[in-house]
Amino acid sequence: MTHETRPETAGPQRSLSPRELDRFHESVLPYLDAAHNLARYLLRDAHDAEDAVQDAFLRAIRHFDGFRGVDGRAWLLRIVRNTCFTRLSGRRSGGETVEFDEERHTGEEAAAGPEVDLARKAATESVQEGLDRLAVEFREALVLRELEGLSYKEIAQITGVPIGTVMSRLARGRKQLQLALAPSGPKENG
Amino acid sequence: MLCEDVLERLSAFLDDELDPLRSREIQQHLGGCPGCTRALDQMKALAGRLREEAPYYRAPDSLRARVSRAAWSDASRGRVPGRRLGLAARGWLGAAAAVLVVIGGTWIVTSLRQGRAGFGSIEREVVSSHIRSLMASHLTDVASTDQHTVKPWFNGKLDFSPPVSDLSTSGYPLIGGRLDYLHGRPVAALVYQRRKHWINMFVWPDEGAADSETPPRTQQGYHVIHETHGGMDYWIVSDLNSEELSAFARLLVPGGENGQKR
Repeated sequence: MTHETRPETAGPQRSLSPRELDRFHESVLPYLDAAHNLARYLLRDAHDAEDAVQDAFLRAIRHFDGFRGVDGRAWLLRIVRNTCFTRLSGRRSGGETVEFDEERHTGEEAAAGPEVDLARKAATESVQEGLDRLAVEFREALVLRELEGLSYKEIAQITGVPIGTVMSRLARGRKQLQLALAPSGPKENG
Repeated sequence: MLCEDVLERLSAFLDDELDPLRSREIQQHLGGCPGCTRALDQMKALAGRLREEAPYYRAPDSLRARVSRAAWSDASRGRVPGRRLGLAARGWLGAAAAVLVVIGGTWIVTSLRQGRAGFGSIEREVVSSHIRSLMASHLTDVASTDQHTVKPWFNGKLDFSPPVSDLSTSGYPLIGGRLDYLHGRPVAALVYQRRKHWINMFVWPDEGAADSETPPRTQQGYHVIHETHGGMDYWIVSDLNSEELSAFARLLVPGGENGQKR
């Protein structure tokens, strides 16, 4: 392994000062796994996820002066999810159907709607499949909450929505997932 | 509170994200409502399934290496003549961390190829595994301060049952456990904490080995203690000072509370 590395992407890039590099290693790099996990769930493709994470890290390096040093994880994950959403919208315009619409589900008191039917239709075998079938913003909230253990406030920071929206996304994501994973069709809660 | 109001907030209640007043109201309602209680139980079960069954996609080593290299090369590109020396030296420190990750993986492969590794190489494996567990934010597979949760977690994952004890009363709380791979075999890694310092303790059986304890050795700035008792090999590693790490090691020896082992 040589130490000579070509820049992975072209374009002007600012350089990290030695102190910044240390800080980068300390406060951002440790969250590489979290970054990759999130990207993998958002994009549902191993190759895309790796590309997106690498892009996100290059972006993070470029904009490291904007990092206040408070919460490296939230800062990095926000960049990662934005990178992923850009990719997703590129896919959509490329003709692939992706069932998400960022502003569609932000109403807080919306009751179980068509998306529940959607979940019902799917005969889901595993948790992973169930997650993959959720609308991307529900999946995102659930991954950040259940797999990363983040608070609503942190999730709101990362996803750039109010805490109330995080709350309703989680509630509805859980409801859909529950229905999708129910062994014999939908069940009514008390 | 009505059932529908409760059900609507159940998810946030489960996450402990409601204000105390609301939370108490729901608590009270649940006390007298089997239907809502069942809904909460189902939601808890779902959360449990998610955490246990949903795969966690760790970054592949190749990606880790690429990202680390990108950060480092970015810094070295910014060299200006006057700052050259300082930059090179400090850059090296940052890069060392990146290189360690790569080396960590290589060590394991290498020692596997070499078959049964010697003493020194286990020590290096132990240290690099410790570093890796911290860098990858993958300290624990099972995070619990309860020894009765951590110990059974290893059932079926290992062909031995590692001794697990919570030493929080002595100032070394148990943080959790994880599976690791050392010395050519799956091993139990138990994680303890001392203030801000993490302690990794690797355990695997070594039947027939005589009880022994080595004084702390230093490897790449980490202290490593190896001891054998009760047919188990213990490797303890941390950046904690060697006195406190030795005290920790003594706690593990049956009847060793008084530290009169050696």
